[in-house]
Amino acid sequence: MSLIKVQKLSLGYGNHTVVKDLSFTVDSEDFICIVGANGSGKSTLAKGILGLLKPQSGKVIFDNLKATAIGYMPQEHKIIPNFPASVLEITLSGFLNQLHFRPYYTAKQKARAKHNLALLHIEDLANENFSDLSGGQRQKVLLARALCATTKLLILDEPSNNLDHQSKQELYELALRLNRQHHIAVLMITHDLDHHNLIGDKILALSNGQKYFFGPTAAYVKKIHSDTEHHHA
Amino acid sequence: MLSLLTEMLSYTFIQRALVVGIIVSICAALMGVIMVLRRSSMIGDGLSHVAFGAFAVATVLGLTPIYFAIPVSILTSFFILRLSQNSKIHGDSAIALFSASALAIGIMAISVTKGVNVDINAYLFGSILSINPRDLIISVILGLAVLAFFLIFYHHIFAITFDESFAKSIGLKVDLYRGILAVMCSIIVVLGMKLLGSLLISSLIIFPCLTSMQLFKNFRQVVIASATVSVLCFILGLVASYVFSTPTGATIVIANLGAFLACWLLAKIK
Repeated sequence: MSLIKVQKLSLGYGNHTVVKDLSFTVDSEDFICIVGANGSGKSTLAKGILGLLKPQSGKVIFDNLKATAIGYMPQEHKIIPNFPASVLEITLSGFLNQLHFRPYYTAKQKARAKHNLALLHIEDLANENFSDLSGGQRQKVLLARALCATTKLLILDEPSNNLDHQSKQELYELALRLNRQHHIAVLMITHDLDHHNLIGDKILALSNGQKYFFGPTAAYVKKIHSDTEHHHA
Repeated sequence: MLSLLTEMLSYTFIQRALVVGIIVSICAALMGVIMVLRRSSMIGDGLSHVAFGAFAVATVLGLTPIYFAIPVSILTSFFILRLSQNSKIHGDSAIALFSASALAIGIMAISVTKGVNVDINAYLFGSILSINPRDLIISVILGLAVLAFFLIFYHHIFAITFDESFAKSIGLKVDLYRGILAVMCSIIVVLGMKLLGSLLISSLIIFPCLTSMQLFKNFRQVVIASATVSVLCFILGLVASYVFSTPTGATIVIANLGAFLACWLLAKIK
């Protein structure tokens, strides 16, 4: 069952095109890593899918998924430092796509927010101040918020940025568990090109805004090896 | 103390100032939390200079200043927002552009017009005597509207202030909220300007948030503490200015400064 069909999508800023003529499909339960060098258009593509950037041409079609029911986890460093907010306040804000004009969260939503924190092993931090947390803990809070916004698709924008090796691995394992056990599709943007960290089932590799590869991870690793050998020869 | 308060409240102009002041203090503090956290607190300062220009021009033209200043400030806030989104002119430059121009237009309007008696000091530093019954009614209506919006959309405002990209991704109309917040800020600045003056009104927006952030670490606490600190400092300033015959606006700002320093010290000791 497909969730998103990206068709001939071009995205950019002003007259400058960053993502060019890109097509691919995200199916339910997919775990897709979007890889590419800095400036290859990974984050721009995420913005296009999330509706933060209007397409220059092409379109994003949502199947069996509301466009506003995607759990987006932005890069942590884009959050205002020292913002006075508790972990629970931030997590609950993931439900705003279901709040409409109601000025309060329901008991069910509060319980689910706490459940999501527990799922990520940070339930003890619920009343802590976000700015007092470590980088890894902050990422988990933003992931818990994203989980409140969706039950179908997570978009993680470079979640391992600025994290130490252990926190990075822990976050990857959590993302995998959410995908495998909770059947949530994951689109993970990463510039971590170490193939041991390419944890998804599929890879979408971008080069200068264009599709360089889209398919199973094993095939991508094989292609990278063969390209490297060819280059050395 | 009780007899002093009774004596103060026997004056109608103080009753009016108290009601307008409490409403403006609460609204300014709430707006201040958003603006300080969004790093756009200087927009209040810029809009107060624009309101000064509008008050001066309205007086020269024989119009009711508050009716003229509110739409002018709202329009300006939209222009500032628009210009800030333009990569060639950054937010603070856009504010400075409007702020200095409006101040100059106001001063020019007053200086070239003969036969109009304008108390520039009252516009610049505020005057407790200048709050008339019409100001009171307008302040109550608009202040309550601002308060109602903030309470109903509290969670949305939090999300947009904390992380605009995420808020947009879940379908919140961030630009619409930004526009409404700019309108509310313009209204608060104009309402508060008569009391505190163009040069001091921005302190009512900035101080309470900075003060409460010294001691409180979550959004709800900061919002409640800001509104409380703002009202307490206003009342303290008003009473002190009556007792010591000091300018009301300046005394209120001094009370806010005192509260900030006390909380800053407390935070250091903790």
